[in-house]
Amino acid sequence: MAGIPVVEIATIVPIMLTVGANRIVPGVAIPHPTGDPAKGPEEDKRVRRELLERAFKALTTEISEQTIFAN
Amino acid sequence: MAYRVVCYINQFFAGMGGEDTAHVPPEFRPEAVGPAAQLDQLFGDEATVVGTVICGDSYYGEHLEEAQKACLELIAKEKPDLVIAGPAFNAGRYGVACGDIAAGVTEELGIPAITGMFEENPGVEMYREKCYILKAADSARGMRKSLPLMAAFALKLLKKEPLGTAEEENYFSRGIRKNFFHAENGAVRGIRMLLQKIGREPFTTEYEMPVFNKIPPAPPVKDLSKATIALCTSGGIVPFGNPDKIRVSSAESYGVYDISELDNLNASNYESIHGGYDRVWANEDPDVVLPLDVMREMEKEGVFGKLYPKVFCTTGTGTAVAHAERFGQEIGQQLKEAGVDAAILTAT
Repeated sequence: MAGIPVVEIATIVPIMLTVGANRIVPGVAIPHPTGDPAKGPEEDKRVRRELLERAFKALTTEISEQTIFAN
Repeated sequence: MAYRVVCYINQFFAGMGGEDTAHVPPEFRPEAVGPAAQLDQLFGDEATVVGTVICGDSYYGEHLEEAQKACLELIAKEKPDLVIAGPAFNAGRYGVACGDIAAGVTEELGIPAITGMFEENPGVEMYREKCYILKAADSARGMRKSLPLMAAFALKLLKKEPLGTAEEENYFSRGIRKNFFHAENGAVRGIRMLLQKIGREPFTTEYEMPVFNKIPPAPPVKDLSKATIALCTSGGIVPFGNPDKIRVSSAESYGVYDISELDNLNASNYESIHGGYDRVWANEDPDVVLPLDVMREMEKEGVFGKLYPKVFCTTGTGTAVAHAERFGQEIGQQLKEAGVDAAILTAT
């Protein structure tokens, strides 16, 4: 264990909980967790940015157990 | 002719003492000592304990390789048909020694070896796949119950009688699956199991799910503006052409790729090779799985210090937990050595 915080962005939250991810950000969809390409390039990128901002929030938050950063 | 059995026990069960003699090196006695004497009686005429190897628990724990080698030599000289170590109950050092002996005998000498432990003994997880570890109580009070089970199982192995499942034989599953024809097909068995589950009746799964290690959360990043962040993915995103030939499923490797010159992933520089989801979107723009474009923008804006110049990529579908754990440990080690402060892992 390297002691480095990791945030996982994926879509099926129960799997992330089962495998032991500690910092969890729910993604958009299984084939495109970090974007929403069907809604066009602007919305796709906006969604990606929002998810990454949440990922940074997760990485800078002190937690004591598995935590889902849903918004 | 009776089968030849050699036993392995520690200094305590040899009557030599406790912690004060835990440092004694391996020795051989041409007789059945301590629990081995009881096993010898239980065997009746069918098998004989021809000798006992004894080693101090601390000596074994501190000299794993040397101790195993010395003990295996002492054992091999007796040309046994089977070896019994312990039982070790919940004694940690003794459990590791017994597991190491039983695994070594199985692998190096090519004869069956059994031991016995309590389920929480660390030796169980370390050696269960490499030898037969019979389930035992948590203390030597369980000796009277354990020894007849061990003797009976030993005779079964010696006579090469067919074995039942691990559960039926009372040993910790070795993770070995055996094919056989079942009278009922999988659909019938599956539906029955489902109905039992819905009806809250007891049922036994035919395929145990892996147990995942829980890791305590790492402390957070203190100053994001100075932090180096690494991107990792199990979404199968790799440089176009998959240069490391990472498998599309059941991956046994991961790739490390330099993205220091890239601001954006696109259909000509990267692709998805993942065999477990529809790759249309990811191939059109791999950023929807590995978000390099926005990471670069946020890096330039100073939201965080620096994007680590390499990405770590594998395919997470059907991937064995043991491989995934190894990837994680190796990648974690590399990130730590490189001074990376945090990682973003995307998965599909």
